[in-house]
Amino acid sequence: MADHLLEVRNLSVEFHTAGGVVKAVKNVSWHVERGETLAILGESGSGKSVSTSAILDLIDMPPGRITSGEIRFDGRDLLKLGSAERRDINGRRIAMIFQDPLSHLNPVYTVGWQIVETMTAHGLPRSKAQSEALRLVTRVGIPNPSDALRKYPHEFSGGQRQRLMIAMALAMKPDVLIADEPTTALDVTVQAEVLALLKELQRETGMGVVIITHDLGVVAEIADRVVVMNAGEIVEAGIAREVYHNPRHPYTRKLIGAAPGKGEMHDPLPRAEPVLKVRGVAKTYGTFKALDGVGFDLMAGETLAIVGESGSGKSTLARILLRLDEPDAGEALWKGRDLFRLSPAELFALRRDLQMVFQDPTQSLNPRMTVFQLITEAWIIHPEILPKAQWRTRVADLLAQVGLRPEHANRYPHQFSGGQRQRIAIARALALEPELIICDEAVSALDVSVQAQVIELLNKLRREMGIAFIFIAHDLPVVRDFADHVMVMQKGRVVEYGTVQQVFDAPRQPYTQALLAAGLDPDPDVQAARRAERLERRPA
Amino acid sequence: MLTFIRKRSMASLISLVGLVVLVFFLSRLTGDPTDLYLPIDASDEMRAQFRELYGLDDPLIVQFGRYVGNLVQLDFGESIRKARPAIDVVLEAFVWTLQLALITMALVTVAAVVVGSLAAFRVGGFFDRVSGILSLVAASAPDFWIAIVAIVVFAVGLGWLPTSGTGTVWHWILPIAVLFIRPFGLIVQVVRGSMISTLSSAYVKTARAKGVRTRSIIFVHALRNAMLPVITVIGDQAASLLNGAVVIETIFGFPGVGKLMIDSILQRDFTVVLASIIVTALAIFVMNLLIDLAYAALDPRIRH
Amino acid sequence: MSNVPAMTEATPLPDEPSALRRFLRMLWADKFALAALIFLVVVVLMALLGPVLLGDVAQKQNLRGRNAPPFEWDRGWLWWMGADSLGRPLLARIIVAARNTMTVAAGAVIFSALIGTTLGLIAGYASRRVGEAIMRVADVIMSFPSLLLAVIVLYILGPSVTNVVIVLAITRIPVYLRTTRAEVLEIRERMFVSAARVMGASPRRIVLRHILPVVLPTLMTIATLDFAYVMLAESALSFLGIGIQPPEITWGLMIAQGKEHLTRAWWLSFWPGLAIILTTLSLNLLSNWMRIALDPTQRWRLEMRGRSHG
Repeated sequence: MADHLLEVRNLSVEFHTAGGVVKAVKNVSWHVERGETLAILGESGSGKSVSTSAILDLIDMPPGRITSGEIRFDGRDLLKLGSAERRDINGRRIAMIFQDPLSHLNPVYTVGWQIVETMTAHGLPRSKAQSEALRLVTRVGIPNPSDALRKYPHEFSGGQRQRLMIAMALAMKPDVLIADEPTTALDVTVQAEVLALLKELQRETGMGVVIITHDLGVVAEIADRVVVMNAGEIVEAGIAREVYHNPRHPYTRKLIGAAPGKGEMHDPLPRAEPVLKVRGVAKTYGTFKALDGVGFDLMAGETLAIVGESGSGKSTLARILLRLDEPDAGEALWKGRDLFRLSPAELFALRRDLQMVFQDPTQSLNPRMTVFQLITEAWIIHPEILPKAQWRTRVADLLAQVGLRPEHANRYPHQFSGGQRQRIAIARALALEPELIICDEAVSALDVSVQAQVIELLNKLRREMGIAFIFIAHDLPVVRDFADHVMVMQKGRVVEYGTVQQVFDAPRQPYTQALLAAGLDPDPDVQAARRAERLERRPA
Repeated sequence: MLTFIRKRSMASLISLVGLVVLVFFLSRLTGDPTDLYLPIDASDEMRAQFRELYGLDDPLIVQFGRYVGNLVQLDFGESIRKARPAIDVVLEAFVWTLQLALITMALVTVAAVVVGSLAAFRVGGFFDRVSGILSLVAASAPDFWIAIVAIVVFAVGLGWLPTSGTGTVWHWILPIAVLFIRPFGLIVQVVRGSMISTLSSAYVKTARAKGVRTRSIIFVHALRNAMLPVITVIGDQAASLLNGAVVIETIFGFPGVGKLMIDSILQRDFTVVLASIIVTALAIFVMNLLIDLAYAALDPRIRH
Repeated sequence: MSNVPAMTEATPLPDEPSALRRFLRMLWADKFALAALIFLVVVVLMALLGPVLLGDVAQKQNLRGRNAPPFEWDRGWLWWMGADSLGRPLLARIIVAARNTMTVAAGAVIFSALIGTTLGLIAGYASRRVGEAIMRVADVIMSFPSLLLAVIVLYILGPSVTNVVIVLAITRIPVYLRTTRAEVLEIRERMFVSAARVMGASPRRIVLRHILPVVLPTLMTIATLDFAYVMLAESALSFLGIGIQPPEITWGLMIAQGKEHLTRAWWLSFWPGLAIILTTLSLNLLSNWMRIALDPTQRWRLEMRGRSHG
């Protein structure tokens, strides 16, 4: 057997949990070569990050236990080394960056101190480490590098923090870099920049990169080879393009099929009198203009997608429309009545018409209420909707409508998966028989395959019940198959508004174009073509 | 930072004013000092003279106005019992209390942080179990009981230490040891809990991935973050010590401000009660400011 | 923890056992908490039945039995802890004194928890101005040295059991008030509260149905801990002679009465002190257990242990 740079052989890991022993990964084998990028692709719960945690000795034992396998590096089995030897390899030969750099950087030390520590921990003299830190921070493209070293993690933006993590990881010029969902929490445009930086650095240093992701687009953009994991096992492995074009395993096929942005776009609805007219909405927090003169029209039964990156004001807009926050200016006419000027009593009556589905169903469902209590609360608050005698049957109907079973009514939210929880949240919104549902990033926290199912459910509700939707998302492909109209927001302003075809096929504004270009296509060939195009456009 | 201090001072001033008003009027409800300081067969004339001397003959509200008027000129009034300025009596006692509180809290902090951190490092290990039980027992014990048991054992039985007074270093050992026990038990538990959660935080994972030594992970990466909730508890405990450890002061005959306060109210020496309330409230205010500064020093996110 | 696989779509939904069985199982998993609970049940039984069964024995003076030492078995089981300076058997007195000790602590905890929580809910959910005003009042109470307050109030009202309860309750109100308010301020920003507002739920409904149940476990944990604190405070008051007065008895008062005979008859103060320590220790242990058992995200620690041990 030829020696690889880093190889995992037949690794099995189990965890002791409240529900008994869980086999997190079973007989997982993969390897990575110098200068190569391997992607480990999987959804939540697939065990995709377990093997890399084992490589860096990050699994707490107990509750974890490695039951079989070896990790070959440098002709040795890492699992057989003592903790001092493992520590010497960590950070020096094999380094790691994580999702959510804010929580992975120590909040009470300067970033300069943290980068220097990587080097001093491995015996470099402090003075040398300090000049090297300056070089690294400059290299990863942080403005004012020497000032930046003296700042704390919370003083940087998300993208900059991930760049700093990369600088810290590369300080000892490691042979292998492991990146665990490095761009998941970032805006699309920032994601593209960070991935490009990783690729450049790999070219300079020749390190092997292992990238863990749930996103086919990331695989298409950066990976040479890919292993696909499901339920703790590798179901498929191979060259990234080949796996995409000729998936052999049904799970891989399902994953590729679920990638958004491939279906038919909707034809625009015939123009009619809008039910909701929003004009000149403004909101300022201190000196920060969250919303600045936002307006749009919405017809009955129409779906309007509002797309924007973080800080665009899209979620603030949703909260203001539902009077969870008060606007500074503007009006929102719902069937001719201004939502912003209703008295509490009038607003209460109108609550029935306007409902909301929140981003994270784990947080939007009260953990101490059963599904039955969650749904029937609507009828306790608005008793005129349904007499108490019919509650049981109606709850069963609603659960069936969102694809759950009637017996689920007596369970608590934590007994469901993320996708099921979001269905419960939708059933709760439907209980009030609303005419408009605002979905604030309602599918962003879900796995791709689950995302597709929830969008399908929303599509069905729209067709069958004629409900209008305002669908807020940070991701353009998600809204492509679902929306009638798209509104693109940036820094509290509307940048572009048009039918879904207009916006996707012929975007007029540079920002929309940039947003579309930065989005990652799951097809490696498409991404390769886009990269080539970018290189050409870039001044030499 | 300055606006923060100003805001903080305003809130404290409001509650101090409320406290002074409350104490002033409540304490008068306990009775007239005249009955206590003059013999039972004193003539009415003499009583009237006594009342006039200490301004007790005016309506309460007038007395209060005069008190406040003097207070803004930093005149705290005379102690009836000691026939000296009340503020001198209070400051004398407060110095003792301050020393006792500072020494005790310094020892508690160091000991609790070390024990709590080590317990958190190996959760469920031998050290964790032993320190867990000991800290619980320490937090559960009535201090006056510990004090008298300690006197029986160390002072009476073994004769190693003096029972009461403040003369030598030896006099300090028992009071400090007894005062140490409860805050120590409480703070060990807080340190342990806080350390456990910081040791499982994401940035500790990063440090492990960087190859940082275990010692440095515990005492450099985790401890500084874990101290943030601990500091609040240390502040609370220190505040209650500054208010005077009445029971301990009584048992060990230690002339602190807590005993002074209780003796004065029992003797209806109102000026001393009020002066001690004001002095301790100011001391607690200063200490809370120090706690806030320590917070800001430890956590850069607070500074903005 | 991110290594532990999350539940996926395919995971079958486990049926939950009844709440009572779960709690018994979690209690079984923590033997210290179990022992603590059993001890507390015994103390409560002592408090309920003691005065009825042993009230007379505990008051009957016996010249020949003055300061009788403990462990003299021939006198009968009531005398195995010895007797006090009037020859009254200590064991009987401790059992009888449990009632006053428990009544005062329970009364103070219930009153302060009810008032403090109500004010805390109001301070947290009402307008800023109301909240600030309530907090200032709490600050005043907090900065009032509690013993001084006790002395003044008991001096004015007289040192009866009810008045001791009132005094202790006043000093403990801020604890619940501040905790509740802090929690409410955090919980009211949570998404499920926004979801309830979108449905049109009234502030009353949001506070009582959505916020209070989330705060309740924390408050119960604090109340258990506070029960211990109040017991210590009451004993300190009685010890200083400003709390409950003889012929009523409490454990703290017994320690004070034994103080004069300390060098000759240590057991007079020792046993009631031990009773206090064991009770507060039990409450602390139970509170630690509750902190885990009532927290859905921590509960697995106990459930896991219960399975592997039992």
